[in-house]
Amino acid sequence: MTPGDPNGRVPALTVAEAKRRRSRSIAIAVALGVMALLFYAVTIAKLGPGVLNRAI
Amino acid sequence: MNVTDQATPVQIAQGSPAVSNGEVSDFVALLKPRVMFLVVFTALVGMVVVHPAVHPVIAFASLLMIAVGAGASGALNMWWDADIDARMTRTQKRPIPAGRIAPDEALAFGLALSVGSVLALGLIANPLAAFGLAFTIAFYVVVYSMWLKRSTAQNIVIGGAAGAFPPMVGEAAVTGAVGIETFVLFLIIFLWTPPHFWALALVKSGDYARAGIPMMPNVAGPDSTRCQILTYTLLLVPCGVAPVALGFGGLAYLAVSGLGGLAMLASAIQVFRRRDGEPAARAAQQLFGLSILYLFAIFATLLAEHGLGLWWPVPGIG
Repeated sequence: MTPGDPNGRVPALTVAEAKRRRSRSIAIAVALGVMALLFYAVTIAKLGPGVLNRAI
Repeated sequence: MNVTDQATPVQIAQGSPAVSNGEVSDFVALLKPRVMFLVVFTALVGMVVVHPAVHPVIAFASLLMIAVGAGASGALNMWWDADIDARMTRTQKRPIPAGRIAPDEALAFGLALSVGSVLALGLIANPLAAFGLAFTIAFYVVVYSMWLKRSTAQNIVIGGAAGAFPPMVGEAAVTGAVGIETFVLFLIIFLWTPPHFWALALVKSGDYARAGIPMMPNVAGPDSTRCQILTYTLLLVPCGVAPVALGFGGLAYLAVSGLGGLAMLASAIQVFRRRDGEPAARAAQQLFGLSILYLFAIFATLLAEHGLGLWWPVPGIG
């Protein structure tokens, strides 16, 4: 909520603010993706390569 | 002091921002990337010198979490010190005093990264490494930034321990224990910290005085500071060579640490002797620059010896 706005409206973003928000969003998305890949790789490393060889 | 109670000059002029003004680069700057690099580098050396039998993915992931934890410390330090950063020319352009990031954003960012990195390191490596990282972050933020920095001239002596912990955290991450090797690396960084920062403080004493930070030159005077710089350097030089005596520094390390130590000592003597005007400032700046090179060189040599196999034993030792 915008401070002091009784109706709780958020002001429209300027072009520069929108651009900055987009770049922050992309950075967060990339960081989350890297984190997911990292946890996947660490899990495989901890379980050992044999985890991939199993009877279907 | 609650930084969030004090608006920055930009906020006073424009009113508190309703949306974040921070660019990605500003959030990166909050992490203090140069300090992160030093932490990661010394932690990596701490991992490598003990020759652990650990999966490289685990080692890499652990190093990454240590890096994130170091960055989180930097962000929390910038949140706390925003008021004094605004008063120092060296730090005025940081994201919070410059008004690009709100203090609350930096606090949330730092806390999220701190908690996340410690929890992740505990899962990836082991509880000891996670405890070590948590302790390092808490020591830097609470003990150094919130307590010592503004209250005592011994701030960077005691608080400098935070910068010396990473090698031990690195070893703990890959072995589950801490040994004498990384404890010696801790001591080297601990003894290096006062001459390094006091050389800077001699040059920037006006900046620190404006901010009200009790750095040694402002409290005890430049001459006493020069004497203490020399004293710590005299302690640092033999400690820097100690890895050779303990068997984990080879011939290359002996050369680098020996020559580097002598160079540090010569520079500290110049700082001690030159007390007035431009020659004094130049001597202090040279020591500051040399100290960075010295620490990088000895740790890089250890990395080369243990990580790249460039090991030649010292005759008569190992």
